[in-house]
Amino acid sequence: MSRVKTLQALFQRYRRPGDIVFAWVVLGVSLFLLAQIFTQTAYKPNGKLFAQPRFWPAVSLLGMSGFALFHLIGSLLSERIQGRWQEVLLWASSLEYAAWFIMYAVLVPWAGYLPSTVLFSVLLVLRAGYRSKTALISAAVSAVVIVVLFKTFLQVKLPAGQIYELLPDGLRQIMLTYF
Amino acid sequence: MFENLIAGVEMLARWDVFAALLVGSIGGVIIGAIPGVGPAVAIAILLPATFSMEPIVGLTMLLGIYGSSMYGGAIPAVLINTPGTAVNALTSYDGYPMTERGEGHRAVSLAYSASFWGGIFGIISLILLSPVLAYIAPMFGSREIFLAALLGIILVILAHRGQIFAAGLLAMFGIFLQTVGLDAVTYTQRYTFGYSFLSSGINLIVVVLGLFALSQAFFLLTAPDTSPDAKPVTGRMTDGFKELLKHKRVATVASGFGVILGMIPGTGEFTAQFMSYTYAQKSSKKPDLFGKGSPEGLIASEAANNAVPAAAMIPLLALGIPGEALTAMMLSVFYVHNVIPGPQLFQNNIDLVYGLYMALILLNVIVVVFLLFSTNLLTRIIRVPTRFLGVMILILSFVGVYSLRNSLTDCMIAAGFGVLGLILKRLNLPIVPIILGMVLGGIMEVKLRSSLPRLKTPLDMIDRPIAFILFSLILLVLALHLRTLLKEYRAHQPELDHDMHDTQMR
Repeated sequence: MSRVKTLQALFQRYRRPGDIVFAWVVLGVSLFLLAQIFTQTAYKPNGKLFAQPRFWPAVSLLGMSGFALFHLIGSLLSERIQGRWQEVLLWASSLEYAAWFIMYAVLVPWAGYLPSTVLFSVLLVLRAGYRSKTALISAAVSAVVIVVLFKTFLQVKLPAGQIYELLPDGLRQIMLTYF
Repeated sequence: MFENLIAGVEMLARWDVFAALLVGSIGGVIIGAIPGVGPAVAIAILLPATFSMEPIVGLTMLLGIYGSSMYGGAIPAVLINTPGTAVNALTSYDGYPMTERGEGHRAVSLAYSASFWGGIFGIISLILLSPVLAYIAPMFGSREIFLAALLGIILVILAHRGQIFAAGLLAMFGIFLQTVGLDAVTYTQRYTFGYSFLSSGINLIVVVLGLFALSQAFFLLTAPDTSPDAKPVTGRMTDGFKELLKHKRVATVASGFGVILGMIPGTGEFTAQFMSYTYAQKSSKKPDLFGKGSPEGLIASEAANNAVPAAAMIPLLALGIPGEALTAMMLSVFYVHNVIPGPQLFQNNIDLVYGLYMALILLNVIVVVFLLFSTNLLTRIIRVPTRFLGVMILILSFVGVYSLRNSLTDCMIAAGFGVLGLILKRLNLPIVPIILGMVLGGIMEVKLRSSLPRLKTPLDMIDRPIAFILFSLILLVLALHLRTLLKEYRAHQPELDHDMHDTQMR
């Protein structure tokens, strides 16, 4: 019995809440990807094994599934930690900010880099719970600094906003090039 | 060697290179000092911006951030017990107790001087080793580079003790990610599921930005808002240098650990710091003081982690194999400019190599001078509230992702990896294996293919001296790991303190 116990101890590890959910999901994903190997990769009849386009996906997915299985066993054998679903909810709540990020990316080619950055930064600071004037002004100023640094000075490749076309001639050219 | 050094200096003697170095090194200190942003986040964001610069300009800027962030990271580690970057973790063990005793000034200035010692030691080793490297590097053919990359993957997995299965699965996931898309040799689709955007593969920089930068933004935005509060320190910052001279032995040995472990792919700062800390404690006259404010412990940890950046450049420049996430990111800068790091670099672009060495020396000097005057300014900067910081990281990440090729799909993929990164950070699982899996996996696939025509039997893989040595090393590493496992199993050892595995790169 003691031998079985120490064997279990070998698999036990330090964890945080939600680890077992992650372990199950990762195992599921690995097995799903592995199951697709015959439809998603090709095999060249005359080629060598190591040069097959299927070789590395197969090696990595087999490895991934194996490690994921052991990770899950480790999780199952370790003591349960409370607060698993709360943690999963927190992960899900990050999707909101991912959505903000994508909305920002949609907005830029349309409204221009400078206006959308200022707008987005102020709105997001409000969303993050800040209400003070200092925070809002700092957000707007930081947004302008970022735009000037990257677009005006470093000339990073970002599309000019369609809305800039509505501006009067001289200003339009400046906005299209620098902001 | 001397004329190469001169060529290196010439390369730096331009205003744009110097400006990049200045911005990189001072920016790196500030970024390192703010808990919540680290060099990985900063390099990921700046990466696409450097693509339009000349290689030496872009690389010195990134190198500046890489080499100087650990100096800055020591400040919050010492003053508020929160390491600014993950590799300053052990600094807080002794630095913070010193601050509590009212010796904050002594601890900070000691940390700077130990960092400087380690940094310079690392670069001198690099310069002295260069002729040897230039001699050995051409002996690395496809087989050797394949084996070295394989060794790197194995070490990355095994270095995460207590989390080996997770590290293994994430490294394998990284290898898998780089196979997605159109196979360059056979022109067949791999795991594209019929989507055209997957045909060109999953871009490394998009993944890096998602996993490091966006995930950090999500992490800060979903956690309660705090504002780190560091008290200013008074006194002369040069005092630390005098005290350091009393502990030359510890500083030098610690830097040595940093150099050796920095050179080995996959091990890096944390292991170096841990080993030199253990050495310092074992060889100290006052071992009881460790963890309670021992200057030697502080020196060991800071000297070791600052020796690593220079040493980590060795496998990157000589073999094209990055040892950790930051050099993996720098590799993409080389590729964008068609400068392929590897054996030929030492033959064709030796001036670039020495230019980078010189930049490293200069950056250490700039940083120390900057810190002597601005430590108290930095203690004010680090008070930025965490959620506000999250908003800024989110905005900056957008520049990084979108400027790559103005693609909304990239932004969505990055956001997806951002959520994955957040989950890994919350679970305290490592992110680095994914990145190294992607980079080293790509290298392994290409090199294995190109070595195949010369292989008649599998044994031909290891019939050259370096290949054989590398293969033996792989076996040795695996055997040693099994031995440790068996020992632990027999000794019924209690679980270690795995909080030390807080290896998430911030």
